[in-house]
Amino acid sequence: MDLDASLGLALANLASPPVLAFAIGILAVVLKADLRLPDAAYQAITMYLLLAVGLKGGVALRASDPGQVIGPAAMAIALGITIPIAAFALLRLLTRLSAIDRGAIAAHYGSTSLVTFTAALAFLDAAGIAFEGFVASLLALLEIPGIIVGLLLARRQRQGRFIDAASLREVLTGRSVLLLAGGLLIGVVTGPVGYARTEPFFGALFTGVLTLFLLEMGALAGRRLPDVRTAGPGLIGFALVFPILAGTCGVLGGLITGMEPGGAAVLGVLCASASYIAAPAAVRLALPEANPGYYLTASLGITFPFNLVIGIPLYVAIAQALG
Amino acid sequence: MEQDGSQSPDGSQSNAMLVTIVTESILEARLTRDIEACGARGWTITDARGHGPRNRRASELEGGNIRLETIVTEPVAAEVMEVLSRDYFPSYAVAAWTVPVHVTRVARYA
Repeated sequence: MDLDASLGLALANLASPPVLAFAIGILAVVLKADLRLPDAAYQAITMYLLLAVGLKGGVALRASDPGQVIGPAAMAIALGITIPIAAFALLRLLTRLSAIDRGAIAAHYGSTSLVTFTAALAFLDAAGIAFEGFVASLLALLEIPGIIVGLLLARRQRQGRFIDAASLREVLTGRSVLLLAGGLLIGVVTGPVGYARTEPFFGALFTGVLTLFLLEMGALAGRRLPDVRTAGPGLIGFALVFPILAGTCGVLGGLITGMEPGGAAVLGVLCASASYIAAPAAVRLALPEANPGYYLTASLGITFPFNLVIGIPLYVAIAQALG
Repeated sequence: MEQDGSQSPDGSQSNAMLVTIVTESILEARLTRDIEACGARGWTITDARGHGPRNRRASELEGGNIRLETIVTEPVAAEVMEVLSRDYFPSYAVAAWTVPVHVTRVARYA
């Protein structure tokens, strides 16, 4: 795909309702307007997004040939383990943060962002680029290992109870994982016929709900912007450069295991994204000494907007160039 | 009869302690486990939001705060405060206080 077409897609992405809603959310914070979704609405929308993604992924997984899935799945797990290690090491080069803070940040970048994932799917749909439907299972696989590796990396500096059974259970039975895995299971079992009955809700309404959710995300990211200055140039640089590196590795990994360019791009997006729902909760419980001013600002304030606006079109372009 | 400010309408003294804890909502499961281990028989939780002197938050995405209230005996109240001092105060945003109260069904909370 030539540069013109790629740029055209990138601009179309900028003009899509979800991305624009995100910008409005940031604008609202700048104008000091109160644009928060009520907490209950926010929780409901998160459940909706997780179930919808899981359901569609499960239906696609059921229709997939196991041979097609096993390679990418194994690659996803391998990436889920190596990416946080790479993040931890790169942070050591670029910043003077403690091992606990670096482990916390590595846990975020090792995990994935549901919203970046869904934005990527919306982008590929709008651009008419095909991708394997089972990518939602890759999302589920990449959610947890990164967090655990990040917490383990922080262990060396941390005294006292590190990650006891209770903390581990808290991480593994978090709501995101359960809803995603549950949705996948439902999709696999019910198949396309069962799913068709819920399509008006989980399918047709999806982009609209995502738009509403990104409005809230914009407001949250906007509130983080003042912290960007205190994060320091090293962390800012990391938050912009690491996604590109990790995303490229994801794309390569996808192509090597036989995925289509669209699917490889999604794997790239998964690797490049940083969690700001599952990981902050796990880190807060297991690593309370870590400073949210670093890990949340990096993942929500810098990397998320970057991926949304520049990253997604970039990884798609890379996948198409290499595929 | 002593005037200690904690008397019921009929003049009897306080016979229980109300412990109130306001903290990050992400800690709800862990906190209820811990106070139950100290001997609390029950509790009431409401959603809360606010601001504190240190105010390091986990994530606004996981909701604001919870306000947990439990009625316990004095020794249990002391143990709860000790657990809070040891495991919660150093790492999390917490406000906690105890107030002497009077209840009619004492056995229910002991």
